[in-house]
Amino acid sequence: MAGLAAAFGSGAMTNSIAELEDTDCILVIGSNTTENHPVIAARIKRAARLKHKTLIVIDPRRIDLVRHANLWVRQRPGTDIAVINGLMNVIIQENLQATDYVAARTEGFEALKDTVAKYTPEYVEQISGVPADQLRQVARLYAQAPAAAIVYTMGITQHTVGTDNVKSLANLAMLCGNVGIAGGGVNPLRGQNNVQGACDMGGLPNVFSGYQAVTDPAHRQKMAAAWGVGDLPDYVGMTMTDMLPAIPEGKLKALYIMGENPVISDPDADHAVAALKKLDFLVVQDIFLTETAQLADVVLPATTFAEKDGTFSNTERRVALIRRAVSAVGQSRPDWQIICDLSRRLGYDMDYANAEAIFNELRQVTPSYAGITYARLETEGGLQWPCPTTDHPGTMYLHKDKFARGLGQFFAIEHREPAELPDAEYPLTLTTGRVLYQYHTGTMSRRAVGLVEKAPECFVELAPEDASRYGIGEGERIKVRSRRGEITAKAQISKKAVPGTIFVPFHYGEAAANKLTIAAFDPVAKIPEYKVCAVQIEKG
Amino acid sequence: MAHSTLNINGTTVKFTPGQTILEAARDAGIDIPTLCYLKGTTPTGSCRVCVVEVEGARTLLPACSTPAAAGMVVQTESERVVAARKMVIELLLASGNHNCFVYAAQRDQGFKVEDAIFCEAEGECQLQALAERYQVFPPSYANPPDTKYYYEDNNSMIVRDFSKCIMCGRCVRACCERQVNLAIDIGYRGSHNKIVARGDYPYIDSDCVFCGECVQACPVGALLDKAARFQGRPWERTKVRSTCPYCGVGCQIDLHIKNGRIVKVTGADEIPNEGRLCVKGRFGWGFVHHPDRLTTPLIKENGSFREASWEEALDLTARRLQEIKDQDGADKIGGWCSARVTNEENYLFQKFMRAVIGTNHVDHCARL
Ligand code: SF4
Ligand code: SF4
Ligand code: SF4
Ligand code: FES
Repeated sequence: MAGLAAAFGSGAMTNSIAELEDTDCILVIGSNTTENHPVIAARIKRAARLKHKTLIVIDPRRIDLVRHANLWVRQRPGTDIAVINGLMNVIIQENLQATDYVAARTEGFEALKDTVAKYTPEYVEQISGVPADQLRQVARLYAQAPAAAIVYTMGITQHTVGTDNVKSLANLAMLCGNVGIAGGGVNPLRGQNNVQGACDMGGLPNVFSGYQAVTDPAHRQKMAAAWGVGDLPDYVGMTMTDMLPAIPEGKLKALYIMGENPVISDPDADHAVAALKKLDFLVVQDIFLTETAQLADVVLPATTFAEKDGTFSNTERRVALIRRAVSAVGQSRPDWQIICDLSRRLGYDMDYANAEAIFNELRQVTPSYAGITYARLETEGGLQWPCPTTDHPGTMYLHKDKFARGLGQFFAIEHREPAELPDAEYPLTLTTGRVLYQYHTGTMSRRAVGLVEKAPECFVELAPEDASRYGIGEGERIKVRSRRGEITAKAQISKKAVPGTIFVPFHYGEAAANKLTIAAFDPVAKIPEYKVCAVQIEKG
Repeated sequence: MAHSTLNINGTTVKFTPGQTILEAARDAGIDIPTLCYLKGTTPTGSCRVCVVEVEGARTLLPACSTPAAAGMVVQTESERVVAARKMVIELLLASGNHNCFVYAAQRDQGFKVEDAIFCEAEGECQLQALAERYQVFPPSYANPPDTKYYYEDNNSMIVRDFSKCIMCGRCVRACCERQVNLAIDIGYRGSHNKIVARGDYPYIDSDCVFCGECVQACPVGALLDKAARFQGRPWERTKVRSTCPYCGVGCQIDLHIKNGRIVKVTGADEIPNEGRLCVKGRFGWGFVHHPDRLTTPLIKENGSFREASWEEALDLTARRLQEIKDQDGADKIGGWCSARVTNEENYLFQKFMRAVIGTNHVDHCARL
């Protein structure tokens, strides 16, 4: 979430889920909310259907939310920046921007204005295929709403221009004074249940918990003192996507993987397997013998959420409890106990009576969590950080009166074409994503009877036009090939798809969509370009 | 906001304009029974269990859909109200196979267990509770014993048993107003009415997305969570509040536990979901007790795994990490934590990598 951090000073979802029901306008872009975040979608649908709020959907696929939307904009995949610049062009042209807000709370507006000047609706129509008049309509609806919220997901970030996509959305929101108010904001919906928490807790190469930079000597000193060690490494570590290629180069010899399954989730999956096999030592800690665990030298059995205590932080920064409800299966142990067991053997005595004791330590060193306690979570329910003191009610929306970085930063951004475009040999565009009934790499969801019943196997969604062009019938097996690999799956002919673009969900190991995708990364966020790559198909 | 008052059972009660009699009463701690009423949805006033006597009104009025008015004088348990309520309950009991209560009430009078209808909802059923509270027995004019009711048991998540359906419409409002899935409606108006999915297809072949909101909303035993059937009576289970392990919405859930196993999951009425769940949160918990779960540490020897003790696996792991750290340097070791484990565990993991191993190569799959 580097884009938001650069623009606002914090990468987290600015506003809250409940606010979505009562805002005036919701702009959903690059998020198939109904399938990926169904309960948030319920709020959005309630706003649109029952409370008559404006809903705008910008998405190449005819996703479910389109049914409930006032306006649906179908852009060519990979042209989001052009579309957003076009919206801002209209807003500035028609003088609909929040002039006082821009003057008082932001910087960089002049450069933005210069850049978007050339993105006239007609020019944007050429790039994106979005009719000029429709763009004008969207711009007016969004800009004239007293409070308008932007909601996005991986459809925005999983591009080589992902960070710039996010910055563009931040531009749009600030231009209309929509950041720092109830019902507004720029709201990335997090995919996995504790992505927010894993980031908050310093599960990142560059920061300790609470986003305290490892390169800052004061932060290192503070953590070293709290942890009772002499010194701490001062360099920015490698990201996951850097670590894999570092293995064959000999820059990484051992890997400790807790609860991740990169063999399915990594872009360019075959390379991931080859790399992991080259390690001197791989230890994997998980609840199942995943595709990744099978490559390990040692596998440590962990417990599920139902067998341990702890907290998760949801997409709206809300910290909530999980509680041990059943006893651990077999000899499995909670992940935290395993870490303590290992640490003791490596000469550092980690000893906690329970999860709460760990939480009490982390809140001492993590200012945004300082006011949250288990006792409060028990009695008050989930609390949203920042929550600096025990009498602080938690924070519903960020950047009220002042951005975390001081002034909001506009970034002047030009449209760029995706890293790989369809050509004569690979004439179709592939996008990947999730489906309602499955989750991530399927480790959990593919072991639940009902979910498997509804979504038993991988499929390739394609438009009726493409199906007849290739002579493919519903349910027939088709081969999808990219420059990197090939998979076979069933055809699902659907009006959801745009002609020329196919969609493959990424949950299925036996037809791992990520065998096809391109390991071209956004240079800042290091997020792979899952959303766009070029493929060919044939009957399989 | 301006407050006005009305009088309920002789007590002066404040209300905010726009509130119904029911809302005003509940805010004041006065209990009015309801059945078709479902929080957060449009009241339809269809079951008439909540009727009250309002001074000056010719008929009894449904509290759930009658706006409170200043100066109103309301009786919630008057003789007239109770008589009407008893009649409503009796008719509802007569509308299907609701003789669970016959057994409960008549076991001392030689009633045989075999003659009772087994109902999954017993103990949680709101109709049964009303029958108990108002001492109503299933009437003799019930439907004949050979009456056929719609029964659907062709998917692994939801069973529909319309021999229990009282046509309260809560499921429809749960689906259309709480989830806005628009998958079911009241079909075949008139005396043949029935809850239908589009085209009256079974759920599995319809627009239904198996969020299970309708199951949670059903006050009787007409919509059942299939996995929970025959898994103990409601009062034998304990409920544990937790957070959904799937997506980033973080829905609050109740795990229903019997004999150390999850029996079912329901949505808790808390922020952010207020009772709602999706198919994963409600029906996706099977992985917890799955036979594929890893139950012992494993060590790879000559290309295949063998079971190992914790001592052995931890010793080996610690030894190898130490060796590589000593020989190649701490920065040759990386660690991936996870968006699926707790905050405490992620915190501890990065502490371990940074303070114990001495590397900043820590990341997780936030980017994917
Ligand atoms: S399970 Fe959900 S979508 Fe299906 S009918 Fe019930 S409420 Fe509607
Ligand atoms: S199925 Fe249940 S909720 Fe729906 S109308 Fe029948 S009794 Fe009411
Ligand atoms: S119930 Fe569904 S929407 Fe709610 S957290 Fe779980 S997966 Fe997400
Ligand atoms: S609860 Fe009021 S009429 Fe049914």
